[in-house]
Amino acid sequence: MTSANTVLQAIKPAGALDVGRIRADFPILNVEVNGKPLVYLDNAASSQMPKQVIDRLVRYQTSEHANIHRAVHALSEKATAEYEGARRKIRRFINAKEEREVIYTRGTTDSVNLVMQGYGRAFLSAGDEIIVSQLEHHSNIVPWQMLCEEKGAKLRVIPCNDAGELLLDDYAKLFNANTKFVAITHVSNALGTINPVKDMTATAHHHGVPVLVDGAQAVPHMKVDVQDLDCDFYAFSGHKMCGPTGIGILYGKAQLLEKMKPFEGGGDMILSVTFEKTTYNAIPHKFEAGTPPIAAAIGLGATVDYLESVGLDRIAAHEHDLLTYATEAISQLKGVRIVGTARNKGAVLSFTLEGVHPHDVGTILNEDGVAVRTGHHCAQPVMRRFGIPATARASFYLYNTFAEVDALVAGIRRVQKIFG
Amino acid sequence: MDSKQLYQEVILDHNRKPRNWGKLADASHKAEGLNPLCGDHIWLSLKLDDARVENIAFEGEGCAICKASSSMMTTNVKGKTVAEAEQLVREFRDMATGKLDIAGGPNHLGRLTVFAGVRDLPSRVKCAILPWHTLQAALRSETVVSTEGDQDPVAAAS
Repeated sequence: MTSANTVLQAIKPAGALDVGRIRADFPILNVEVNGKPLVYLDNAASSQMPKQVIDRLVRYQTSEHANIHRAVHALSEKATAEYEGARRKIRRFINAKEEREVIYTRGTTDSVNLVMQGYGRAFLSAGDEIIVSQLEHHSNIVPWQMLCEEKGAKLRVIPCNDAGELLLDDYAKLFNANTKFVAITHVSNALGTINPVKDMTATAHHHGVPVLVDGAQAVPHMKVDVQDLDCDFYAFSGHKMCGPTGIGILYGKAQLLEKMKPFEGGGDMILSVTFEKTTYNAIPHKFEAGTPPIAAAIGLGATVDYLESVGLDRIAAHEHDLLTYATEAISQLKGVRIVGTARNKGAVLSFTLEGVHPHDVGTILNEDGVAVRTGHHCAQPVMRRFGIPATARASFYLYNTFAEVDALVAGIRRVQKIFG
Repeated sequence: MDSKQLYQEVILDHNRKPRNWGKLADASHKAEGLNPLCGDHIWLSLKLDDARVENIAFEGEGCAICKASSSMMTTNVKGKTVAEAEQLVREFRDMATGKLDIAGGPNHLGRLTVFAGVRDLPSRVKCAILPWHTLQAALRSETVVSTEGDQDPVAAAS
C-alpha cells in the first residue's frame, strides 16, 4: 500500500502546512516511548510546546522576571510591559474589542468558575434556569450545578442526535421567562462536534439571555472572533494551544465584567484598602487577584505569535485532512465504532472496539508509542447518551502526520489480534 | 514492560470466558465495586458457610484486566476460609502495588502472579485490585467500594 503521506505530499497545494518544518519546532517529538518514536495523539487533553515558546519562558526567567504592577525598578517595568503586551496579542488574536475584556485565569475551568461566581451568584436566583448542552465537559456542567444547588435554580439540557449534533429546535424550545444563562461548548472534547455557537448565541440574545462559550477545544484549532460570535463570555486554556499550563483566558464583554463581583480578593485587584472599605480596581485587574503566573502569561503571548506565524487556517486545513484520512482508515476496520460523526467536526476521533475495553486499547497502543486518551473524557453525560462507559480518543494537531495515523491504525489491528 | 507479559493467554481467556459469572440467589454477603475513572463496575455475591467461601459469583463490566482478575479471584477463593481469602487479598494488593516481590519469598498467589506486570502501569493497578477490594468489602459486610477517595485501595495499601 502506498502511504497516504506520499500521495498527499505529491499533491500538496502551495501554502499548505510544511509538517516536517513544524515538527522540528517541537523538541518533545524526539522522545521515544517503549523504544518507539512517540506518536502523540492526545492533543485534546494537552498539546506540546514549540521551542519558540520554551525559549520565551527561559528568556523571561533568565533576564526579565520581577513582580508586575508594583515597583518602579527596571525589571518590574519590563515584566509588566511583557505581561500586558501578551494581553494585547491575545486581544488581537480573538478580536476582542478592548484589552480590558481579556482576563488572565488559570485555565478554562477557572474561567467558567469566575463567571459562575462573579455573574451567576450575583444575578441568578431561585426558579431561574440555566441551559447547558449534552456535549459539555464536566467543567461546564459542575459549576452551574453548584450554582443551581445554592440558588434553587434549574439546569436545562440541549439534547443531541446520534451523530453528536445538538438539536437546535429543542434548544430554541428550552427558553422561557425564567431562562437566565446559557453555557455551551464551541467544540466537543469527547466527540469533536463543532457547534454553531454564533447562531445559538443569537437565539439566546433574542430572549435577552447572556451566553458563555467554552472554547478550550476551538481556539487552538480555528480562527475565533469573539465579536463575530457576539457571545458574552468566551473561555479557553493555554496548554491546549501549544502554550503553558496554569494560564487561560476569560473574555467577557466590558459592560458585563464591570457589573460583576470580583471572584477572589487580594492584591492587585484593589484601588484602595482600609479596614472600613475596599475600592476594587478596574477590569481586567479586578479579576486578577494576587501575583499571576507571569511567565505563563508571557508564554501564552509567544504561543499566539507562533500559531499566527503558522496560520490558523493552514492548521485547520491540515487537521481536516488528518481527520478525513483517519476516519476513512479506521472505518474500514471490522468491529470499530466511531462515536461522534457530526458533519462539522474538529480533529477528534473517538472510537470503541467490539469486545475490547478502551483502557486495554490504550495500554496496548502505548506499547507502540502511540498516546491516545481512554476513558470518559470528563464528559460522562456524553458517554451515557451513547450507551458506553468510555472510548479511546485520538486527537490531532498541527504536528501530526499521516504516517502517525498509519501507526494508530496498525496499533488498533494489533489490539484486535491480541484479543482475537 | 511488554504488553505480551500482561495480556497473557490466561488473562485473555478469563476475559473472554469469565468463570463464576452471575449472581448467587442464596448469597450471604454482597458488595459492589466501582472504579469511576475507567468505568469498571462489578457486583460480587458470595455464600459463607462456617467462615468458609462455599460459593462465589460476579458480574459487571470492565476492562480485560478487571474482568480476568475478578474471574480468577473467584476460582481462587472458592472453598477457602475467610482468613485465607483475606490473606490472598493482602498478597494480591501488595503484588500489584510492587510491595511484594513474587520471586523473593513464599506466597499463596499461584497463577495469580500473571497480574504482577500491572505494577509497571500505575493507571491500571486499580483495575486489577478492584475485585479483591470488593471481596474484602463483602467479607466485612460493607456494601459499596470505590477505587477513589478515602476508599482508594492503592492509597490504603501505602
